[in-house]
Amino acid sequence: MENKNNWEPKIVAFLCNWCSYAGADLAGVSRTQYPSNIRVIRVPCSGRVNPFYIIKALQNGVDGVLVSGCHPGDCHYISGNLIARRKFALLKSFLEYIGIEPGRVQFSWVSAAEGGRFAQIIEKVTGEVKKLGPIKKMVKEF
Amino acid sequence: MIEKIKEVVKKLFKEDKIDIFIGYGEGTLPLRTTPCFITGPDNIEKLVWNSYCFNNLAVYLPRFFLPQLQKKDLKFPRIGILAKGCDGRSIVGLIKEHQIPRENLYIIGINCSGMIDIEKVQNAVYKMQEVEIVSAKEKSGKVLVENEDNKKVELKKEELLAEVCKNCQYTAPLIYDVLIGEEKRKTKEKERAAFIKEFEKKPLEERWKYFQEQVSKCIRCYACRQACPNCYCKECFADQTRPKWIGATENISDIMFFQIGRILHQAGRCVDCGACVRACPMGIDLRIFTYKLIEDVKEFFGYEAGISLEEAPPLATFKPDDKQEFITEP
Repeated sequence: MENKNNWEPKIVAFLCNWCSYAGADLAGVSRTQYPSNIRVIRVPCSGRVNPFYIIKALQNGVDGVLVSGCHPGDCHYISGNLIARRKFALLKSFLEYIGIEPGRVQFSWVSAAEGGRFAQIIEKVTGEVKKLGPIKKMVKEF
Repeated sequence: MIEKIKEVVKKLFKEDKIDIFIGYGEGTLPLRTTPCFITGPDNIEKLVWNSYCFNNLAVYLPRFFLPQLQKKDLKFPRIGILAKGCDGRSIVGLIKEHQIPRENLYIIGINCSGMIDIEKVQNAVYKMQEVEIVSAKEKSGKVLVENEDNKKVELKKEELLAEVCKNCQYTAPLIYDVLIGEEKRKTKEKERAAFIKEFEKKPLEERWKYFQEQVSKCIRCYACRQACPNCYCKECFADQTRPKWIGATENISDIMFFQIGRILHQAGRCVDCGACVRACPMGIDLRIFTYKLIEDVKEFFGYEAGISLEEAPPLATFKPDDKQEFITEP
């Protein structure tokens, strides 16, 4: 069993190739410190993230999911993040409605030049998920 | 009303405007009707119209217009269909999603006065399924039910209306070729979303408990999917093996995935016809979840499903100033 005091959350971060992934890269290159709880999955665009990926991640026992894309208007594919924003608005509201803690699933905008902002967001998300504790809802137990 | 329907259908066949007509026929059990496919003017007498015509007939449309049928040089049939308000909205959704061509449809709109929930009839008089209802008659807002011991009970139709029909907003379809029945049924607009607001007020854990309770009843028969006019996908995500979204077990997590997935797929498309709720053999309260998305879509994007043919589907479009308060800022 994991020691509860030493428990560290696992967070999956879907980062868009053009902005947030480069933002994370910049944070790394600039040696900005941020929690090492995230597992990055690079996606071509935040619009590529199917809500099913997020639910599937929770089902597989991930404590939190972060999806990050370009700021509205800066999408490499013109409108991918804007369409994603609509999807995520519904998904987030629905998950909260059925009783999944709102902090588990988060969305953010990080541009390629915002290494510092990326680190801050990761810190904030990690802190929130840590407060919520290990995920129990939705998890598939074998 | 039924005379008028028959008259219109007869005329359509006579003028050779349709090949098939989809309406309701007498069911084999009392309080039930069955979908009825009529291919010629001889069978028109089979049609019925009463308070048990609750099936959403739009669900039968996409199968007539499958692309593989076109390849064989077969001409698509021209279909006449009887549409209540909810059916009509489903048809609009299907036209918009290019599943059925508008020019092959002849929509006979009907002003629906609400459908009866069979369960409510059974619960009102007898304990469910203990006594069999052998006949049911309907007359001026009242339903006369008779059981196997010849015991007769009279019930008010208003009290038996299905939950979805009670506060229905569109009793007649918005797009039609002929409309039968003029009077518009008045429903209480304010009370429509009251059950959602009430549920929202409950604490998180209680909501989760309720969701879990409802979902744990699910046996994954997929009746909700089959009954839904929006679920026309050739291969449902629930049946996919690559990627395999849902395990074949009865693990509650898999069932949750299916339910969340199906409900999310209805976002901006569900017309609240109640077909899934009626189809569910386990009596899952699906509407409390599907209606939430209807409310959200209306609130966030100002969109209602099945109203216009021109308006773009909400998840295929965007506005620069869409709701963004949920985004995490450092």
